[in-house]
Amino acid sequence: MRFGVIIFPGSNCDQDCYYVIKDVLKQPVKYIWHQERELNNYDCLVLPGGFSYGDYLRTGAIARFSPVMKRVVDFAKRGGLVIGICNGFQILLESGLLPGAMLRNRSLHFICRDVFVKVENNQAPFTILYRKKQVLKIPIAHNEGNYYIDEKGLRELKSNNQIVLRYCSKTGKAEDRFNPNGAKDNIAGIMNRQGNVLGMMPHPERSAETALGSEDGLLIFKSMLNWFKDK
Amino acid sequence: MVTPKNYEALGLSLEEYQKIIALLGREPTTTELAMFSVEWSEHCGYTHSKKMLQLLPKTGKYPTLIGEDSGGIIVDGLAIVFKMESHNHPSQVEPKQGAATGVGGIIRDIFTAGARPIALLDSLRFGPLRGPYNKYLLTGVVDGIQFYGNCVGVPTVAGEIYFDESYSGNCLVNVMCIGIAKKEKIARARAKGKSNSIIYVGSSTGRDGIGGCSILASKEFKKDEEKRPTVQIGDPFTEKCLIEATLEALSTGFVVGIKDMGAAGLTCASSEMAAAGKSGIKIELEKVPLREQDMAPWEIMMSESQERMLLCVKKGKEKIIEKIFSKWGLNANVIGKVTQDGIVHIKYKGKTQVKVKASDLTSAPMYEVNYTKPDYLNAVNRLDMTKIAEPKDYNKILLKLLSSPSIASKEWVYQQYDHMVQTNTIVLPGSDAAVLRLKGTDKAIAATTDCNSRYCYLDPYQGAQIAVAEAARNLVCSGAQPAAVTDCLNFGNPTKPERFWQFKKAVEGIASSCQIFNLPVVSGNVSFYNESPNGAIFPTPAIGMIGIINNIKKTCTQYFKKENETIILLGICKEELGGSEYLKEIHKIVKGDAPQLDLSLEEAVQETTKEAIKKRLVSSAHDCSEGGLAVALAESCISHKENMTGAVINNLNFALRLDALLFGESQSRIILSCSKDYVTKIRQIANKYKAPLRIIGKTGKETLTILRGRRKIINMSLEELSKAWYKSLPKQIKA
Amino acid sequence: MLKAEIYITLKETVVDPQGKTVKHALEAMGYRNLEEVRMGKLVVVKLNYRDKKRAIEEIEGMCKRLLANPIIENYSYKITKI
Repeated sequence: MRFGVIIFPGSNCDQDCYYVIKDVLKQPVKYIWHQERELNNYDCLVLPGGFSYGDYLRTGAIARFSPVMKRVVDFAKRGGLVIGICNGFQILLESGLLPGAMLRNRSLHFICRDVFVKVENNQAPFTILYRKKQVLKIPIAHNEGNYYIDEKGLRELKSNNQIVLRYCSKTGKAEDRFNPNGAKDNIAGIMNRQGNVLGMMPHPERSAETALGSEDGLLIFKSMLNWFKDK
Repeated sequence: MVTPKNYEALGLSLEEYQKIIALLGREPTTTELAMFSVEWSEHCGYTHSKKMLQLLPKTGKYPTLIGEDSGGIIVDGLAIVFKMESHNHPSQVEPKQGAATGVGGIIRDIFTAGARPIALLDSLRFGPLRGPYNKYLLTGVVDGIQFYGNCVGVPTVAGEIYFDESYSGNCLVNVMCIGIAKKEKIARARAKGKSNSIIYVGSSTGRDGIGGCSILASKEFKKDEEKRPTVQIGDPFTEKCLIEATLEALSTGFVVGIKDMGAAGLTCASSEMAAAGKSGIKIELEKVPLREQDMAPWEIMMSESQERMLLCVKKGKEKIIEKIFSKWGLNANVIGKVTQDGIVHIKYKGKTQVKVKASDLTSAPMYEVNYTKPDYLNAVNRLDMTKIAEPKDYNKILLKLLSSPSIASKEWVYQQYDHMVQTNTIVLPGSDAAVLRLKGTDKAIAATTDCNSRYCYLDPYQGAQIAVAEAARNLVCSGAQPAAVTDCLNFGNPTKPERFWQFKKAVEGIASSCQIFNLPVVSGNVSFYNESPNGAIFPTPAIGMIGIINNIKKTCTQYFKKENETIILLGICKEELGGSEYLKEIHKIVKGDAPQLDLSLEEAVQETTKEAIKKRLVSSAHDCSEGGLAVALAESCISHKENMTGAVINNLNFALRLDALLFGESQSRIILSCSKDYVTKIRQIANKYKAPLRIIGKTGKETLTILRGRRKIINMSLEELSKAWYKSLPKQIKA
Repeated sequence: MLKAEIYITLKETVVDPQGKTVKHALEAMGYRNLEEVRMGKLVVVKLNYRDKKRAIEEIEGMCKRLLANPIIENYSYKITKI
């Protein structure tokens, strides 16, 4: 499965994603500079975490106008897999590929620590290898992870099964006290209606090897591989 | 406004001014005077410290690299470059930007050596949190570090934070950065090769920080002085682009030399690159990209605008290099060239502003400094233990110590730092040292910063020796072989003989400790004039140390892992309370001698621990430091939130006062936990090295219980202990 | 030349923890009867032409496309000659 990791000026998790795909998953992967106007021969595009354009103005607001993003939108329309992690998720929101917006964490602090999330939808290409309601330990590291969507939007997300991950306790309780940043309805990750674009705040590439403390995130990549093989 | 007669306002003495005239054979121009004033300042010229620093050893177990702006060691063809630097005075004035630009500056020193920055550590000191300004400083500095470090994508993985009255009015912000590169890829900060080009890259130049290093870092804070304009604003986004562009440019092979424009900006970069390459340099100042109108030549030379570098590029290859920088959205302009005459020749719109020998600029005078043993030591070193009442309730004391800001968990701080980016952090903040894997190898680096400045106040020689020993001990507890040192020496006004005595003794202490442990000091920084109307800070020789773990699977951490494991104490408990946190926090006394340090005992304990970890006999290893044995045991019980494990200690029968036994800070002690089956093997290793070993108890249950005979002198639930330790710092900050 | 001062504020329905925090800080300083504090952004754009109609059209476009996120932010602006 051919992966492409997009680099925006200021991205800083691109090398981490590349490493997981190449050295852990052992799949072909290339870096894609944000000014590329052609995107050929990819099966999955990864928008990595970081601080594209310094998070200036609003996080992801400037990156969404990078030349490569037009191609990402086309790629998604054609059904290609797109995964946006942290800043990548923020860029997908700004570009309209996913609904909603990100606000600053309600604590007003950057938060870097492990959290528990549960898999609400395990039928997506990104989650087919997980059990329904499986609880995962994956770290977050962000200033703006407070996901916002209006009531109508939230109803639509729910009725279309677009909520993929929710923050929860170690035993799977999705309550406000286990919500690290104030995100609406404890939402940690969503996908589009079509089911081929995923945005998530936690960093699965930081949770893909036992050396780093958890392999729970690796299954997101492996699920994509599985789904792709069966296609 | 700088004029040739303004030498005093620039921080130069009459003698220095006269020396300049003698060197030039004439009076200096405005710009020349400005350049001398910064190159010969304490911060850039090391005028009062250079002589002492020559004592520090430069060789050790691994081959060393000593560069112009940083240094490191070579392990298996990989160069590990690291350095620690201070940004104290700017942080006292504007904590967020002061700390941020401190982070930016040290990172630049690392990647301009050709190394990719992989980790940051911070050693921070503030006045007590009761004072609102100190609270503001702490939160501002933490905000600055997270603002810059997180955005630039370098994980902040370890550090220390201390609070003491002596830092009120003068906080300390010492930042350390570690980077790695293949050893052939290391870059030098020198200009060489006739007609090679000098290229300026990065942000444009403004009036930020003019005089910052010469003014801020070379004088004490006087009451009501307005130093605000001399602090710069950091731009971590530009820095991140600079890192990528620089490493890409270096990989072309066309970059002959590269240097960060840090303190004193273009002045330092141009003169030092020329001097280091034994060349001259010719610069046309009107080619420097400016962001403010009408900047005078001396302003352009003195500006401390951030995120700028100077490159020396092979003639003919300029366009290739410029293209790389412009891809990342950065300025890249040829502003001059290398000459062979050893002269720094600066022109502005055709008119010569500066024509000085590079070697003259960079040969700041070295001063013989007077020193005398301070009077305060006579009074302070006398500690009458009979006057210290033993407490009745040791549980209460333990809780109080665990809640004291210097000892309490710093989780509130490090959870604001991205300590995981780059996916190398194997041991996260919260253990004795951070451990970073080296991808593509089986090895890992362990890193820590250490200094108990109270010990240094009581005895700067011993305190400094202890700082080195403790850093090594922390690395050993992580499974590493201590390998090399960087230092950040923070002291008061060196022209005061009592302060210089402290500096001299501390450097001698570091030198002696490093010699015994076979550790080179590969880089470092001196920060003088840390004084305010309140007085001088405690002498604070902060030590940054890295160690090598040869097999990443043999890493160790400080927390107990399982129930029913044996707890071993390596080392000896002595009756010494001098300089302890207990004496300060509970009895409000700072007196006595620094704890004794027996370097051969220290070595025995460290070698035993190292071998036991290597042979996989050990579940956890934690050294005893502030708060003594009881605090170390509590930390081993509670510092892993998800897996807290209690302990019952019933064999601590040393004939000491109880408070000294529990809270005394005797050195060279390590607590190990291990399976019962491994005790014999560990004992054999300890016997081999002649390290005192005592089984003091075992893990298990939900409490920490310490018995003296049958009496429970400590008996606290893990919940109570962890509440005090984790919640105390955020509580005191929000109060 | 024209100067556009653009105010970008969070929509009323969006929670503003920064505004709340600032309000508490002001109250701690002794200011009374504070009904509410909301945080926003000011963007100043200097335009190197004098056609006010063109300015309005362009500023509107800038706000809609980049400067404000319509899901969570409102914008308003005033344009003056300088």
